[in-house]
Amino acid sequence: MEIKLNLNGRAITAQADPDTLLLDFVRAQGCVSVKRGCDTANCGLCTVLLDGVPVLSCSVLAARADGHSVQTLEGLQSEAEEFVTFIADQGADQCGFCNPGFVMNTIALLRENPDPTDEEIRAYLAGNLCRCSGYDGQLRGIRAYLNSKKEQGGARDGAEK
Amino acid sequence: MLTIREYVRPQTLEEAYTLCQKKSSVVLGGMLWLRMQNSQVGTAIDLCELGLNHIEETPDDYVIGTMVSLRQLEQHPGLAALTQGAMAEAVKHIVGVQFRNLATVGGSLYGRFGFSDVLTLFLALDARVELYHAGMMSLADFIGMPRQQRDILVRVYLPRAPRRVVYLSQRNSATDFPTLTCAIARQNGQTCCVIGARPMRAMAFDDEKGLLAAGVNETSAAAFAKDLAARVPLGSNLRAGEEYRRLACEALVRRGLVQMEGC
Ligand SMILES: Cc1cc2nc3c(=O)[nH]c(=O)nc-3n(C[C@H](O)[C@H](O)[C@H](O)COP(=O)(O)OP(=O)(O)OC[C@H]3O[C@@H](n4cnc5c(N)ncnc54)[C@H](O)[C@@H]3O)c2cc1C
Ligand code: FES
Ligand code: FES
Repeated sequence: MEIKLNLNGRAITAQADPDTLLLDFVRAQGCVSVKRGCDTANCGLCTVLLDGVPVLSCSVLAARADGHSVQTLEGLQSEAEEFVTFIADQGADQCGFCNPGFVMNTIALLRENPDPTDEEIRAYLAGNLCRCSGYDGQLRGIRAYLNSKKEQGGARDGAEK
Repeated sequence: MLTIREYVRPQTLEEAYTLCQKKSSVVLGGMLWLRMQNSQVGTAIDLCELGLNHIEETPDDYVIGTMVSLRQLEQHPGLAALTQGAMAEAVKHIVGVQFRNLATVGGSLYGRFGFSDVLTLFLALDARVELYHAGMMSLADFIGMPRQQRDILVRVYLPRAPRRVVYLSQRNSATDFPTLTCAIARQNGQTCCVIGARPMRAMAFDDEKGLLAAGVNETSAAAFAKDLAARVPLGSNLRAGEEYRRLACEALVRRGLVQMEGC
């Protein structure tokens, strides 16, 4: 069947089987940041944004995404760049395999809630599993990013006065 | 592995219902549970274009379309107020935000899963379901229906009549399936306590002995919890044994009642 969707701002028309998963569809389109982890809707590694909402692409049919917009990390580089260095600075990643899913879901979190508490960050990222770290590094990284944004905001406010 | 020969988006419920009469057809909710199955599907019927992804209000009910996601339930201010936060509490441990953006109310109730947090809370809230062919019935009646009947769950109705509500669950680890679920609702002095993940399907219990008739306090809550835990049919599975569940049941029911009444 023919699938038409908007992938990272680009209109795509491609053939897919009725049971092709969105994960395999976007990878075939070159978006290889989207990875298959558990394949059982448990780990969050395959997270993409479907009409701006984070979903598990291992559990969505490409056919259901027909007519919709899909974003992967390939299309969100500048939004990700704002905070990924803070996560790296904390040495949060070890093997790094979980990272694309974490970054995608962190983007979704910060769009929905630009100033989350630690508890809200933990709750939002609970569906992203990491088998190496204890999650604290990621939390510290996001907190450091939010703090730096506040400091910059404060500095800017000060400069304007 | 799940294989699908044909994918359709019906434009009417009639079309969806006709298609789903074939044994090889399946109705797609969020597809999260279906995806775990090893089955060969002839026609996958996607209800996504039937406008069933909204929560509406009537004077008597919240009317929840079958394609409403668990995340919509979690974030809905009206449902939060109606249940004093129990709605979000019931779904927020289910895997993660990305999962709850996909999993639907319809799939969660139609599946009649033993472990279901959603079924546990909706039973306590006196939910009714609207099936395309069989019509309106209580959720309690629906879960007793034979699974072979092929129908479409269209909407779920939650009465807006005020009641005190509390939801608690026990898990071995965060985001895992629950080892026990407990929803308590109290309205006009009547208490309904639903226990799920027994590990069998959720069951509702009343205060048959009138242990809470004089009001809920630490002592009456403990007596009711002890009595209930002794009579709930419980079993064992790989997540927890029957004995463990019985102890957890007494603790959750007592804590739930105390939390609900703020005593
Ligand atoms: C890894 C994992 C962990 C989970 N953890 C929990 C948990 O901790 N707590 C919990 O409560 N639940 C849990 N669940 C269950 C989950 O929350 C959903 O209830 C489940 O995925 C079904 O919802 P769905 O929308 O994905 O339905 P689907 O998988 O699409 O459908 C489920 C069944 O319902 C049928 N169906 C769907 N919609 C309709 C309709 N409108 N009319 C007729 N039939 C319909 C389908 O044909 C299928 O038989 C878990 C599931 C998975 C896969
Ligand atoms: S690969 Fe999709 S959740 Fe793990
Ligand atoms: S860093 Fe290895 S899985 Fe997260």
